[in-house]
Amino acid sequence: MKIIPLWLHKLSSPPVFYRFAGALRPWFLWSALILAAVALYGGLVLAPADYQQGDAYRIIFIHVPCAWMGLFAYFCMAVAALIAMVWRIKLAEVVAMECAPIGAAFTLITLVTGSLWGKPMWGTWWTWDARLTSELVLLFLYLGVIGLFNAIEDRRRAARAASLLALVGIVNLPIVHYSVIWWNTLHQGQTVRLLGPSKIAPAMLWPLLLMALATHLYFFASLLARSRVGLLALEGGKDWARALIGEKAHA
Amino acid sequence: MNTASLVPAQQAMTRTPGTLAAIRALLRRELLLAWRRRADALFPVLYALIVVSLFPFALGPEDALLARISGGVLLVTVLLAMLPSLESLFRGDLEDGSLEQMLLAPQPLPLLVLVRVFAHWTTTTLPLIVVMPLLAVLLRLPAQVLPVLIVALLLATPLLALLGAILSALTAGTRRSAILLALMLLPLAVPVVIFAAGAVAAAQSGLPYLAPLLWLAAALILALVLAPFASASALRIAAET
Repeated sequence: MKIIPLWLHKLSSPPVFYRFAGALRPWFLWSALILAAVALYGGLVLAPADYQQGDAYRIIFIHVPCAWMGLFAYFCMAVAALIAMVWRIKLAEVVAMECAPIGAAFTLITLVTGSLWGKPMWGTWWTWDARLTSELVLLFLYLGVIGLFNAIEDRRRAARAASLLALVGIVNLPIVHYSVIWWNTLHQGQTVRLLGPSKIAPAMLWPLLLMALATHLYFFASLLARSRVGLLALEGGKDWARALIGEKAHA
Repeated sequence: MNTASLVPAQQAMTRTPGTLAAIRALLRRELLLAWRRRADALFPVLYALIVVSLFPFALGPEDALLARISGGVLLVTVLLAMLPSLESLFRGDLEDGSLEQMLLAPQPLPLLVLVRVFAHWTTTTLPLIVVMPLLAVLLRLPAQVLPVLIVALLLATPLLALLGAILSALTAGTRRSAILLALMLLPLAVPVVIFAAGAVAAAQSGLPYLAPLLWLAAALILALVLAPFASASALRIAAET
């Protein structure tokens, strides 16, 4: 009958999610690590050097998946934030807030690897190019959400306020993106396409896609672990959390 | 009997003031409060004057250089001068309880927020635009660019005030929120600054400047519709405790 809605409803209860996430996390984490190792071997050893950029291009195997993850994490945060705002589900609030630091870290890695690549290729660490600027704005959006969440003392009110900010941000993100393109562009265009042929050699493409898969899995592993801690911090006074901590203390 | 005479009395007791009357009352209250502390309206102007007069000291007083950067400098100065007053937009209302009155009022909260933002813009930001010709002269802005700058500001500053009102409502319950507000406003301000500065730069180099102004106008209309609703739900979150 309504097995899936019932299961989802049960899953949104903190103790059930805590156990579920704990059981799921190792699978995500280990598959992410193994796939990342294979992808790095494929990207750094097996893939041929670029005829123009030499070996310097190999940083894309970190840079591009992290850039995708920066956006993906924001999207996940916004979806969780919407659920938190509309249905006021405690779990969604925690998940939305735990997305932000992971997404900020991925965005920071994108900016750092991008500037490391930019120095030999463009001859500069930083330039006010459209994509770089959008990425910087994305980082500021993340920092705003994290800052607002930490500024309000009541945890649930803080989560809802920061969720609203995340939703304002997702309306703003495309506007920022297109306005900075109109303003200035230097970054190379899109090379990997979902539909239609990509403009990249297959030997370079498969490590890139594998790495993207690995970063997604890592994101979920990290999100599950962080949400467990977040739930425990939020529900510290509840029976299930006390029982859990008691078990750990006795063992 | 008596029942007939009771009905009008009951009606009078339960009758609420109309939306227009509420708007008029709120507007009157805000403007009166601002008038009673009219020296406060000078602070953003003084702030802008200080920032603008520091630039020639830092960059050197060459007319050509100042004229080239003045449009952008004036825009950023206005944006910075708006920040301190935005921070406290809803704080007083939250502390003295008038925010609760707004939340409980039978009139739609987004509408009341819109009136509130309009009053705030009129009392804190409009004086900045009024003194803009003076600041423009100090920075040697070419005379034909000044009208474009003023139109750009008339479109950009209400937009920033509406966006800032959302953030101000979000931070209403927190202490030391000035830096936080600046951090949150930066991503929202980027497109506004790009289009406003784009119009000014185009006017300065003799290019058509209408397109960026129309973009700003479109964004302002969008914000007029959407931002009051976001501010209203942010205020409801802030008043929950």
